[in-house]
Amino acid sequence: MSTAPGLRGDRFGAFVAASRDRGELVVQPRMGFGDPGRMRAGLAATRAADATAVGTITLDSYTRVGDHRAARGAVAHGTDLNGYPIVARSADQTRAVLDRLEGEDFPVQVRHGSAVPQDIFRALLDVGLTASEGGPVSYCLPYGRTPLSESVANWREGTEILSGADGTGRSPHLETFGGCMLGQLCPPAMLVAISLLEGLFFAQHGVLGVSLSYAQQTSPEQDREAVRALRRLASEFLRGAEWHVVLYAYMGLYPRTAEGARSLLRQAARTAVEAGAERLIVKTEAEAHRIPTIEENVRALEDAARAAEGTRPVAGADPDSETYTEARALVEAVLEHSDDVGTALLRAFSRGHLDVPFCLHPDNAGRTRSFIDDAGYLRWADTGALPLPPVARRSRADAVTSSSLLSTLSYMERRHDSRAGRRPAPGRNG
Amino acid sequence: MRSIPKGASPVDSGPVTVLSGTSSDSHTWNLVFLQLLLEEAGHRVANIGPCVPDRLLVEECLARTPGLVVVSSVNGHGYDDGLRAVRELRAQPGLARVPAVIGGKLGVNGTLAPDRVRDLLDAGFDAVFADGDTEAFTSHLSRFGLRAAS
Ligand code: B12
Repeated sequence: MSTAPGLRGDRFGAFVAASRDRGELVVQPRMGFGDPGRMRAGLAATRAADATAVGTITLDSYTRVGDHRAARGAVAHGTDLNGYPIVARSADQTRAVLDRLEGEDFPVQVRHGSAVPQDIFRALLDVGLTASEGGPVSYCLPYGRTPLSESVANWREGTEILSGADGTGRSPHLETFGGCMLGQLCPPAMLVAISLLEGLFFAQHGVLGVSLSYAQQTSPEQDREAVRALRRLASEFLRGAEWHVVLYAYMGLYPRTAEGARSLLRQAARTAVEAGAERLIVKTEAEAHRIPTIEENVRALEDAARAAEGTRPVAGADPDSETYTEARALVEAVLEHSDDVGTALLRAFSRGHLDVPFCLHPDNAGRTRSFIDDAGYLRWADTGALPLPPVARRSRADAVTSSSLLSTLSYMERRHDSRAGRRPAPGRNG
Repeated sequence: MRSIPKGASPVDSGPVTVLSGTSSDSHTWNLVFLQLLLEEAGHRVANIGPCVPDRLLVEECLARTPGLVVVSSVNGHGYDDGLRAVRELRAQPGLARVPAVIGGKLGVNGTLAPDRVRDLLDAGFDAVFADGDTEAFTSHLSRFGLRAAS
């Protein structure tokens, strides 16, 4: 369990710890707009929402891939961006976005998706922000073509840029994205293991305010088991850091109807409280269609907060659950490769000891496969070279077709949209 | 990029179809889905993967002389990234006439406005498919006269 909240001045972690002590789930949007005025309005609306909320600045895709020239071009031409270009904007512009909104009572986190995070971290420190997200693996394999070895080197440097700011009264906070990876069809034990290993990587490079992510999958029971497994592993392995667990509302193909989208979000909020996650990142009813508006984000935050208020924590039945046992086996096998977590991660991927199903990145072995069983649990169909017992191969034909893939991907969409009746969310035009 | 876990209908002869994400777009489920769909329609697919810089797309096309180029984008930058990419493609004498299409979630506000679709066509795409246009795409593919998997 984490030690004295805020001891090291991690404003983001301290806010979450204080909320937990009051029994409140912290909710957070995935919000990001190219226009500074709109970004500021979005933060103001998040702060004013009827919920215990923290703010988000999600960065655009040009900034993520390090194409700051394209980001500056888009700023100059007033092109719509899918996020806020923090490097292409001046520090003064970004300070104006945050002015009198961000603070101890409303910390703001920068979320991106970059395997080259150094400039982004310098830019956020420059404007007084200290909380961000990512990881050497999870911001690489799902996010483009940067070789894993380069991402590990970049993230070492990036994490040290952040930890170097420590001692100025502003201690950094980093959240792993390893609990999400490609968003869907990755068995929970793998997500839990990667999330924990990225937390260890951050701590090894001096960032001791850490949150560990896990993304909602296809079964609430299995998700609770995964969150508890992550907590137990963190208390066993992540000594010396202050940590909490953050649950992401479903990161795969989302329900298309507004009612279906809300139903899935409420399920996520209940899972978070029941399993003891301290923070939840929400998804909106626009998720399947387009970038959500500010209003849609606020509605999602308040919806999730109400669902959380109506839920009580539930004690876990089995501490040595299947998810815990598998995740622990993966973590131990990885750490055997080296004392340096980055090196251990590289070696593990090159040998297929970590291997994410359906990931096209050349540094992922691509030998594992997954399926959703009749109870909705996400399981291994093929463990490839993972240090796990081989699974009995399923009898059903192995080959994927475009329609079988789409049908597996839309498992949650179907479940929640069919309950809702099919009224599609309103579209916008632009 | 890694190939996807074996599809039901891999094709190993005939002209190649280049399948590519756009320069800023890292999504890959769309690429996996489209590769399977194209293979089922009889195409031999070279899946270049996500975050493909314009220069790399041009190089791959020059090297492979494809019968069709399929660009997919869902991150909301597809209009701008697509415009730039197809202009680079069309600027190469060897690629001025290769059939090229784009599709996906191309803007950040839902369906792309008609004048923006027009821009993409004027810049050199032969067809533009909206998010839900998979059927229109499969019927478009039938003009390539390949033998579809049964
Ligand atoms: C999974 C997912 C991710 C994963 C992707 C992992 C990976 N490597 O693939 C993660 C979590 C990493 C991710 C990241 C991001 N994502 Co994302 N993601 C999704 C999500 C939830 C599902 C996508 C999916 O799996 N689809 C399954 C495939 C099979 O379908 P599809 O991609 O929708 O494509 C269909 C059609 O569009 C069509 N199609 C696609 N291309 C083409 C091409 C042709 C020629 C044709 C005919 C048809 C066609 O065919 C498919 C089947 O119908 C969607 C929302 C949703 N749909 O629920 C958001 C979404 C696509 N993401 C979005 C965004 C913005 C991002 C980020 C930029 C982060 C951010 N700012 O929020 C980053 C991307 C960074 C970058 N550099 O680009 C937005 C795009 C907004 C828009 N277009 O207006 C969406 C819609 C969410 C949202 N509402 O904000 N994402």
